[in-house]
Amino acid sequence: MVDTKRMLLSGNEAVALAARDVGIALGTGYPGTPSTEILEEFAKLGGQAQWAPNEKVAYEVALGAAFATARAMVTMKHVGLNVAADPLFTSTYTGVGGAFVVVSADDPGMASSQNEQDNRHYARAAGIPTLEPSDSQEAYDMTFLAVELSERWRIPVMLRVTTRICHSRTIVTPRSRAEPPPVAFQHDRPGRVMIPSNARPAHRRLRAKLAEIKEWNENEGPNRRVDGEKSLGIITSGVSFVHAREAAPEASVLKIGMCYPLPMETLRRFAQSVDRCVVIEEGDPYLVESLRAEGIKVEGKAECFRFNELNVNRIRRILAGETTEEIKPFRGKPPQLCQGCPHRTVFEVLGKLDCIVTGDIGCYTLAVLPPFEAMDSCVCMGASVGTGLGLRHVLPEDEARRVVSVIGDSTLVHSGITGMVEMMYNPPATGHVLIILDNGTTAMTGLQEHPGTGRRLNYEPTGKLAYEDLARILGFKHVDICDPTKDIEGFERLVRERLADDELTLIVVRRPCLLGARKAKKMQLASEGSE
Amino acid sequence: MASKVTNVVFAGLGGQGVLKASDIMSETAFKAGLDVKKSEVHGMSQRGGSVTSDVRFGQEVLSPMVPAGEADYLVVLEAVEVDHNRGLLREGGVLIEPSLIGEGVLRNPKSLNVALLGALSAHLDIDEEVWLSTVRDNLPVKLHDVNVQAFAAGRAAAKAV
Repeated sequence: MVDTKRMLLSGNEAVALAARDVGIALGTGYPGTPSTEILEEFAKLGGQAQWAPNEKVAYEVALGAAFATARAMVTMKHVGLNVAADPLFTSTYTGVGGAFVVVSADDPGMASSQNEQDNRHYARAAGIPTLEPSDSQEAYDMTFLAVELSERWRIPVMLRVTTRICHSRTIVTPRSRAEPPPVAFQHDRPGRVMIPSNARPAHRRLRAKLAEIKEWNENEGPNRRVDGEKSLGIITSGVSFVHAREAAPEASVLKIGMCYPLPMETLRRFAQSVDRCVVIEEGDPYLVESLRAEGIKVEGKAECFRFNELNVNRIRRILAGETTEEIKPFRGKPPQLCQGCPHRTVFEVLGKLDCIVTGDIGCYTLAVLPPFEAMDSCVCMGASVGTGLGLRHVLPEDEARRVVSVIGDSTLVHSGITGMVEMMYNPPATGHVLIILDNGTTAMTGLQEHPGTGRRLNYEPTGKLAYEDLARILGFKHVDICDPTKDIEGFERLVRERLADDELTLIVVRRPCLLGARKAKKMQLASEGSE
Repeated sequence: MASKVTNVVFAGLGGQGVLKASDIMSETAFKAGLDVKKSEVHGMSQRGGSVTSDVRFGQEVLSPMVPAGEADYLVVLEAVEVDHNRGLLREGGVLIEPSLIGEGVLRNPKSLNVALLGALSAHLDIDEEVWLSTVRDNLPVKLHDVNVQAFAAGRAAAKAV
């Protein structure tokens, strides 16, 4: 069916639609702002989409699908790629039999993240060809292109998007739907089994592929030159392209659509064709350093522009060489734990007991803010357990007894389980107390299902992980399940007792998220209605 | 150079319908055949924090974000959010705020976002029927009447100023 109607889509919706139209057979991922809606939209369009326990598993499942001749996609936020980095770095050696699109959604400015890492570094480090769209139409087109390149060179291809691409709506004209190849499997043991004797030639194969892809990028790559005045040339990529065009409409512009491997000769010719050549890129000076390493003379941005997103006004400042202090964007009222949120009771008690709380990633991280101020660390998914244990090992006994690790249900499944194993394997002398804030959903990213909810992405019932059983198998002395909102004194008493003894404790605080309960009711009604 | 782009910024608190309002604005401009870009920041907005969303439309829109000091219209759903967002307006830009809608005018106070869209519509050259069809597209049927009424109330209030 040829469908040429214009649509107003977010970048995430555009990637999802392209995934459907290009025939992605399996989409996997772990929720993370700003990437989450891609799989949800893909599922709504009829695609097979599923949440994995974490990004590493999601990556591996999609890679497996692409080891056959299927077209597969994995989606995650930028920090998710850290979790999936292990398979990433070797999957560029093994390559794929079909197509494998890796969507990394970076968050410059940290609208909802713990760091603002720039995943273009991963492109170079892992040797994964990487495309960077500037709007929803390009997000759509580049998803197709990623599949095409992946199948042509049998290599995973990264689609690197950012918050402003994911969550901006721009006009998209979709293409007709593609017919994906039939799915089959062929043995390729030397190509897929990465023992050193196979990996050595595989690394050389990867570099040879990248050299060919670089040539392709020079000649046919998705790079765009806008001719303007000779006095000012701008090299840019991603959303910075549209900001830069607005900030300097008279300038000549070279927009890089594939940021790894870079089309160096194209870039060199452009830089030489203008009097002044400025690189406008969000985040780290990735392009500018790559160009300078090749001896191409370009101006970069001042260090102060490494931080936060770029926009039209900031690019005007970069071009004018202005480094005076910027007017800070007003952040307004900070988010907070909802009124009636079950997490509130837990942090009231932990604060009252003056606990040392190692925290984790989720809504409950907001407990660091007033009125609670009851969290002492938050690093990455799952870190609450390990960091709590580390503190217990070194602190004097009376202080060690105050340490509590607090983690959400989805976060525990993501990467807290290995922390529980560590708890069993290297128990501190004072024992340890782990609290799972089980609100039955991945709340922070917008209420996604996970292996502890017993429902799949599409709300179908499935197996359900019981954290309490896990703790029992691991030999934790105490496994308590409670709802502190029903008995706050009882909860306080329980925490006091568990902190006082030298055993391993798991307390599962179980009460559904208010917003989640509302959604669950809606989904329930919808599924009943369809039967 | 492309002809003038119209810049609208919506502001308020999570849960007030800021993003719904900007969706309706952007889809209305889209239906009117214009180039449109809409930008917003998700994430923590569900937890009652400040939310803003930008909509730009015209013959050709480049950046999806309204540069500070270049908004033609600032639509604010919460009085306390007015002051720190005022600087987004250009000189002579129009502020549309909740006080425009009289006490007790709305049958359901939750339709304030649509009422303020009605007020905004009075300033823009887009057919009222296009607006109303987008309002309906974005809301469940049972909320159509109350929101169509809110839209009309906002539009009338802006015309009366």
